[in-house]
Amino acid sequence: MNFGATTTMHIRPILSTLLRHKVAAALIVLEIAITFAIVCNAIFLIAGRMARANESSGMAEPELLRIQLAGFGARAGAGAVAQTTLDLSVLRALPGVKHATVANQVPFGNSSTNSSIALPADVDHEIVSVSTYFGGEDFIATTAVKLIAGRDFTAGEYLDAKDAIEREPHAFIPAVILNRATAEKVFPGGQAVGKTIHIYGTLTTVVGVIDELIRPNRSGRPQSMVLPLRATYMTGNYLLRVDPAQRDAVLKVAVAALDQAGPGRVVQAQQRYDTLRNNYFQQDYTMAMLLAAVCAALLVVTALGIVGLASFWVQQRTRMIGTRRALGATRGQIMRYFQTENLLLTGIGIVLGMAGAYAINQLLMTHYELARLPAWYLPIGALLLVALGQLAVFGPARRAAALPPVVVMRGA
Amino acid sequence: MKASAMFAYFLDLALRSLKRSKALTALMVIAIAMGIAASMTTLTIYATLAGDPLPAGRSAKLFHVQLDPMELKDYTAGDEPDEQLTRFDAEALVREARGERQALMTGGRVALTPEAPGTNPFFADARYASADFFAMFDVPMLYGRAWSAADDAGHERVVVISKALNQRLFAGADSTGRSLRVNEAAYRVIGVVDDWRPTPYFFDLNVGSYRAPEDVMVPFATAMEQRLARSGSLTCWGNKSGPDKLSLTASCTWIQYWVELGTAEKVREYRAYLERYSDQQRSAGRFERPANVRLRPVMEWLAFRNVVPSDAKLQVWLAFGFLLVCLVNTVGLLLAKCLRRAPEIGVRRALGASKRAIFAQFLVEAGLIGVLGGVLGLVLAAVGLLIVRGNALTVSQLVPVDWPLLLGCFVLEIVATLIAGLLPAWRACQITPALQLKSQ
Repeated sequence: MNFGATTTMHIRPILSTLLRHKVAAALIVLEIAITFAIVCNAIFLIAGRMARANESSGMAEPELLRIQLAGFGARAGAGAVAQTTLDLSVLRALPGVKHATVANQVPFGNSSTNSSIALPADVDHEIVSVSTYFGGEDFIATTAVKLIAGRDFTAGEYLDAKDAIEREPHAFIPAVILNRATAEKVFPGGQAVGKTIHIYGTLTTVVGVIDELIRPNRSGRPQSMVLPLRATYMTGNYLLRVDPAQRDAVLKVAVAALDQAGPGRVVQAQQRYDTLRNNYFQQDYTMAMLLAAVCAALLVVTALGIVGLASFWVQQRTRMIGTRRALGATRGQIMRYFQTENLLLTGIGIVLGMAGAYAINQLLMTHYELARLPAWYLPIGALLLVALGQLAVFGPARRAAALPPVVVMRGA
Repeated sequence: MKASAMFAYFLDLALRSLKRSKALTALMVIAIAMGIAASMTTLTIYATLAGDPLPAGRSAKLFHVQLDPMELKDYTAGDEPDEQLTRFDAEALVREARGERQALMTGGRVALTPEAPGTNPFFADARYASADFFAMFDVPMLYGRAWSAADDAGHERVVVISKALNQRLFAGADSTGRSLRVNEAAYRVIGVVDDWRPTPYFFDLNVGSYRAPEDVMVPFATAMEQRLARSGSLTCWGNKSGPDKLSLTASCTWIQYWVELGTAEKVREYRAYLERYSDQQRSAGRFERPANVRLRPVMEWLAFRNVVPSDAKLQVWLAFGFLLVCLVNTVGLLLAKCLRRAPEIGVRRALGASKRAIFAQFLVEAGLIGVLGGVLGLVLAAVGLLIVRGNALTVSQLVPVDWPLLLGCFVLEIVATLIAGLLPAWRACQITPALQLKSQ
């Protein structure tokens, strides 16, 4: 048999050898195909989870702290409004606190107040249901959400939520700020600032538009709005904007100061915003880790399978290799023979695996509301498996190349 | 040779063969062990999340009740009615008591002040329910008793607490008769619930599908009279709701309602009763939609609400995909190994070993790999479950080590390995003695 210098001449003997080991070759191809199909989809799932967990809330999260309190008795009832005013003045006076505010809900907290928006022309027709933030004074400054049109609320526009909407009929709310998604939904292609919308049973003027502020529980729809309403500490969360380097110290001081301002209350939650975010996405992180671990295990098992099979073939073809070496084939040619053989097997496996990846993706799309696997995952996955195959076959191929012709001939 | 002696002989051959290629054997065993451990772990998690929250036979007799009290506006026939009832309807159904047992309930949140001076008050989750709750859901009592319908009707200030809360407040002693401040008023402890963790938390999925039961239980009528805070989901409609959303007349749904019905006949009668009730309410002007009721037993309710997280299902599929790759890997390696041993087999065949004997020998070898992989897999699965239980997610802590399930997996895995060993064994027994001797 002749080992030619060009690859085209390599493939014929490889194919004929493989055909004599159809079943073993088919099994390794099948293994590569399944691994490819699973790994492509798993990496896609991981990317989706990580993208979700890194989604921006629209706020300056690295600078934010959140404290949630609860009380009972006189402090929880009629006294809650006064207590909240006191708390905020105490918080704003603390060294290291740049801004402080109170909000009924916060991103990655789970509860969301939703209300519908209609236009004055047809107040019964809900255009969209949006997540509604009651942001007291300094909400925009504290969260650092980006105002892209119009203005912030003015001092005269703020109302206590208790007076405004926790009674019937609702009070007139003088102003509202929409996030961009809401503005685009209610006024497609147009200017929102200065327009009037129908919310909480009254007509309200849009005074500003902010870039992004997500729904607290991120349940799909991106629309939200901010009303100039003051929640109380009982119904809301304190948000503090501080120097990122001092977050832990300020949090401790702030909680102590709040306890002093109104003793006997219970701290329901106190955390840096990155902690809140990590807790919220913990399940996604766990799932991503698990998927990554299975991918790694799959690749290792497949690689070891290739090593095992290649080693056997090297042993089995000892005589053949020896003959070729004796007939003048170089070590490099022997190595290339096994590498080409592996490339061929991996290549067929990858082609089959692409069909498998598509089928699995189709199932995931039907049953788990997943997006379509982007086509560029396939060549990337293919490169990964080709590299893995070559890496796995390198050892056995080198051992084959190292077989001296004399020993081999004697062995026969 | 007798069958058992043959088996011992093959086992010996298999052991020798596996020992001869230690690295390869280790590879096959570890791959299978990892595949089986992943499958066992994910299946155990899935079985926990998708399990029956009640003792066998009970859950088929408990039904979740839905009526449709909403406005005619936006209604199309066949629409799913709201999941919860209004207070008016829930109280009416309990009063009319047409089921064997029935209970209305809601989640809540209360401030507790321990008796001991100097201890700080704290908040606890609560559940307000009518009296049948305990008997219907098989709530085990450690001390004392549950409240009676008379206690509920009389707005008695009594409370049943969890074992954990009893530990915290009363150091685990029998606390029945002791006093506990709930919000502003003193309540008498009448019972302590023993360990109880229905999973999923089927009767109120709005407060968390897999949460632990609330620490404090108060009769519903008492909770309403004392205006204790509720929690969970609340849906209001129309303009008639008024400022007090929890009042008897408010157009708001926020109460979970369950009924116990022992026979199919009773289920039929109860459904007809709910339809009659709906019609009556419509004649009275309270309801606007045509009778639109649902009556679902526990497991059907859980399936309808799709409680099992889709991640748990995905994980099971992923684990089985991994196991499949490991098995294919094993078949390939066993096959390669058997072909390399062709000369040895040829010699054995020439010395008189039958095809059947060769086949059996290779199958025993595959089975041995299966057993070793399975045992290692069980160990890995136990470690995996310990890791899952150590995870901070509340759901994870529920996952038990389910021995029957693990054993089932173990047996299945050995069967799978034997099937994987069929092809190599068949190929091995096809090797002809003459050819192999000639090629030597």
